[in-house]
Amino acid sequence: MANFYTSYYPNYFSVEDILASQDRVPCKFEVTVKGLGYLDASSGNEDILPGSKIELPCWMARPLCSSKRLPIVSAQLPVNYRERYREILSADACVVDLQKLGPHFYELGLHLLPITSAPDRPRLAALLTQVLRDRLRPIMDDAQHCSADETSQKIAKLDRLEIRLFRGGQESVRDRERWLDRTAHLLSMAPLLAASNARHKRKRQDS
Amino acid sequence: MLGDKAFSLIQELDRSQHGTLPPFNEDAVRQALEEIDSLFQQNVADINHLAEDDALVAGIHLRHAALERNKRCLLAYLYNRLERLRTMRWQLGSVLPSDVRTNLCEPELEWFAQYSSTVARYMRSLGDGQGLDLTVDLKPPKNLYIEVRCLQDYGEFELEEGEVVLLSKDSTHFLPMEHCQHLIRQGVLQHVK
Repeated sequence: MANFYTSYYPNYFSVEDILASQDRVPCKFEVTVKGLGYLDASSGNEDILPGSKIELPCWMARPLCSSKRLPIVSAQLPVNYRERYREILSADACVVDLQKLGPHFYELGLHLLPITSAPDRPRLAALLTQVLRDRLRPIMDDAQHCSADETSQKIAKLDRLEIRLFRGGQESVRDRERWLDRTAHLLSMAPLLAASNARHKRKRQDS
Repeated sequence: MLGDKAFSLIQELDRSQHGTLPPFNEDAVRQALEEIDSLFQQNVADINHLAEDDALVAGIHLRHAALERNKRCLLAYLYNRLERLRTMRWQLGSVLPSDVRTNLCEPELEWFAQYSSTVARYMRSLGDGQGLDLTVDLKPPKNLYIEVRCLQDYGEFELEEGEVVLLSKDSTHFLPMEHCQHLIRQGVLQHVK
């Protein structure tokens, strides 16, 4: 289990990965932790006592459960990954609002695999891929066909990973259109400046 | 919760639009560093007492996890900012717009100046000492001359042959592609079909 602990995906500096590993996991402390009672403000104790339940961020829960001697905390899966939600997801993944459940549903799921109990682990892993597989086709379909005004409504229910896929799909459609128009060779303003110009313009219109 | 200050830096990066740089948040960086320092001091103190009290191990583990997390957030903050800065060097050239400059901290400005001069030196050394500007022709050119429309009053622009063109707003010109690429990227000219 320890070999999971130091893996950073896709790399150490990845903003997405840091955001995903901030989500909270319900944990139960197995041993006394001296002098850190302030993490559980409601208890008012100086130490964290065994048996106290605190929601810890995933990055803290993982090393504490996989500590080699005896685990300091035992972590449970967050509600969104438990049996009830799994049933919903396997019934029809396409209608679920992953923005609300996640918004890093897949990436947090990967982080949770090491703290899942061994018999359950392959099931959770299979669920994650199955959900993405079920949802991918409608997402790509929307990316290719929806108009600019529909975009924000379409991505409202998507996970961050899915939004990236969606944007990628839209971008490639736009590139293809430019190529068909024979305007693909035209040079354009640096995307950075284009964004900041648009912002200035909006500000001027507002004032 | 521990590590929240450092995490707020990452959120800030995430919220800023892709490729733009938010102001360097010196305050949060300092607070995160202070947190790392105090975690480390507490751990050192606890390790010295470890022989007497075995139950301190859990606390040390927990603080160490928080310390590593803080370190990761801080390094990711700095690294991602540098990545964006580097993209700007290739998109905008060696002179940064003033609104970007004001958002940088002193070491970042220094880094940019050094990176800029390294890139420039490399480009000068190419092609048997003749130099080759790698930032032009990022897309393969189709013609030597292109038609451009001017989007703002830029003033006079001197071409390599010594010819001077007056770029005033809404005028159109037929210019050698090589020379006006940078102006297109800076948003002074627009490439028309």
